[in-house]
Amino acid sequence: MSQPQAWVPVDPRSRPSREQVLAGLRGTDAGGPELVQLLTPEGQRVSDPRFDGFVDDVDATALKSLYRDMVLVRRFDREANALQRQGQLGIWVPLLGQEAAQIGAGRAMRLGDMAFPSYREHGIAWCRGIDPTELLGIFRGTDHGSWDPLTTGFNLYTIVIGNQCLNAAGYAMGQRFEGKVGDSESAEATICFFGDGATSQGDVHEGFVWAAAYDAPVVFYCQNNQWAISVPLERQTRVPLYERARGYGFPGIRVDGNDVLACLAVSRWALEECRTGNGPVLVEAYTYRMDAHTTSDDPTRYRLADELELWKLKDPIERVRVNLVREHHVGGEFFDEVTAEGDELAARLREFCLAMPEPAPDRIFSEVYAEPSPLLEAQREEFLAHHTSFQTEEA
Amino acid sequence: MVNLTLARALTDGLRAAMERDPKVLVMGEDVGKLGGVFRVTDGLQKDFGEQRVLDTPLSESGIIGTAVGLAIRGFRPVCEIQFDGFVFPGFDQIVSQLAKMRFRSQGKVPMPVVVRIPFGGGIGAVEHHSESPESLFAHVAGLKVVACSNPSDAFWMIQQAIACDDPVLFFEPKRRYWEKGEVDPDATPPPLFSSKVLRAGTSVTIACYGPLVRTCLDAATAAQADGLDLEVIDLRTLSPLDLGPVFESVRCTGRLVVVSEAPSEASVTAEVAARVQQECFYSLEAPVLRVTGFDTPYPPSKCEDDYLPDLDRVLDGVDRALAW
Repeated sequence: MSQPQAWVPVDPRSRPSREQVLAGLRGTDAGGPELVQLLTPEGQRVSDPRFDGFVDDVDATALKSLYRDMVLVRRFDREANALQRQGQLGIWVPLLGQEAAQIGAGRAMRLGDMAFPSYREHGIAWCRGIDPTELLGIFRGTDHGSWDPLTTGFNLYTIVIGNQCLNAAGYAMGQRFEGKVGDSESAEATICFFGDGATSQGDVHEGFVWAAAYDAPVVFYCQNNQWAISVPLERQTRVPLYERARGYGFPGIRVDGNDVLACLAVSRWALEECRTGNGPVLVEAYTYRMDAHTTSDDPTRYRLADELELWKLKDPIERVRVNLVREHHVGGEFFDEVTAEGDELAARLREFCLAMPEPAPDRIFSEVYAEPSPLLEAQREEFLAHHTSFQTEEA
Repeated sequence: MVNLTLARALTDGLRAAMERDPKVLVMGEDVGKLGGVFRVTDGLQKDFGEQRVLDTPLSESGIIGTAVGLAIRGFRPVCEIQFDGFVFPGFDQIVSQLAKMRFRSQGKVPMPVVVRIPFGGGIGAVEHHSESPESLFAHVAGLKVVACSNPSDAFWMIQQAIACDDPVLFFEPKRRYWEKGEVDPDATPPPLFSSKVLRAGTSVTIACYGPLVRTCLDAATAAQADGLDLEVIDLRTLSPLDLGPVFESVRCTGRLVVVSEAPSEASVTAEVAARVQQECFYSLEAPVLRVTGFDTPYPPSKCEDDYLPDLDRVLDGVDRALAW
């Protein structure tokens, strides 16, 4: 019988220093070797042999369409932000800066695919055909989400951080149980959105474990926007987030989250891997939250303006614009048209918001249960009588 | 008519539900090959396969969270939580997602999920294996909470819970798993969300549920020797409560003792007491009394006979109600 080996402490010199850890996390600021990029911040199309094939159909027309998506999404995001500042919304959750990460992933989805968003995924909603006006109810306080998750393939916003990763894993298990994984055209996948902060939640880890255990066709799409409200990435992790996938036994990849073409290519690859039975996959879209966490937040308390200025140079929309002009000779007329369309959308959003009706008084009691509850029925009647008594006095 | 243990009645009920609806899944820790630590799912995986009876990874949040996703997909998952004290890792998913999905989506996404939880003490177990957390769930809007007490109810209630489009927390009295009773598979069961008068009487009303129903029936038998005629009502459904039969009974007896293993503070028994004083104020001859577990963490098992309400403590409650 062999003797147990004595425990030998790790030589501290072989451990990465704190500086090295941070360099690993932030190493792709300058575009490190691990970062998938197809469009540089300067708007130059660069080749990545692994992923070029996933976007070889993206001609000038398709790229213009992606540009339009991003501009319109940013425009209604800014309008909603303004509506909050004017007291028309209780709160808004800006997506500014994450347009490419979302439009790339959203446009990679097929009709039968299912998305599980967090609460900042206005760009994914847009790609699922949900009108931006339908997002307003949550933030004006008239509903908790008005769209139909089943017909749109877009679950309701999930506000408890990380919950949706397990819900997505379960949904994807269902897709597999129903035989929707394979080579056929009817194959399906699920994509789950969460942020860098969420990666510290147990539900995200459990989601990874379950998806791996059941070979579930789910893409875990982490938008690493560097900040969980005020807490920076290095408080959540020692290793780059995409590297965590290896520990769960599935591939992880980091993509330039400000590059819509790369996000589209990587998402198409990841979804196709899942549809054909090679899921799950973790995608880390490396991006930046250019605005506050929400309209209630004040980023000047915890981060330097210099950081934002740095990321402005990597703006997701500007690089596509430059590429369209330089490599596809798109003229100013197109950009003017898209800007005008954005203004029209913003005006429509504003008009809709101001005209939104108040919920009916008994909205409180609707659809709590499938089977009526005698207690709730009694409370509802009592409340309505109370409510009506005030109306009578006023009249 | 067949004579079954409560555990076996649950197995048969699960089997019937799975045969009726291919969307019904059973999922939990050790529910497959092992048949569950209490053998409630014994034989189901062999007959229905690994995609309908899932031996899951060891994570309760995962069990509930994926069940929510499966329900969105159109399945009807029946989750097993191995022991009462282990439900709390899944509490977030139960409260945040399972309970609210229907309301949040305004009926577009129903949550027909059953969460089975063996509960209560009296089995000499270590910490976290003997708790009665039902009140925590009864407090949550969007959930329904039931507790079976005998094999016949177990057989029918589990099938009714699975057929229900609302999420149902299904509490099983683990120390009664091996007690036998008659089950008539051809009978017409009462509605799931209804209480039941098990023993008619005129002296004092006893409202109870789960493992203490047997205790209360025994107490009633013992009291009969003293010339007391106790009415025993099995609440069966804890949310919503079905208190009509309790009100009716209290209007006759004027006295009510509510019995449960759970601590008393802010509990199901507190809710029963509050509602009865509201509905039966002029009929009451004594305040509503409660006989419950103490407001402490569940004690080491050598102390549990003192912690758990037994026949004597129930009768003591009855005496106090009568002596008021």
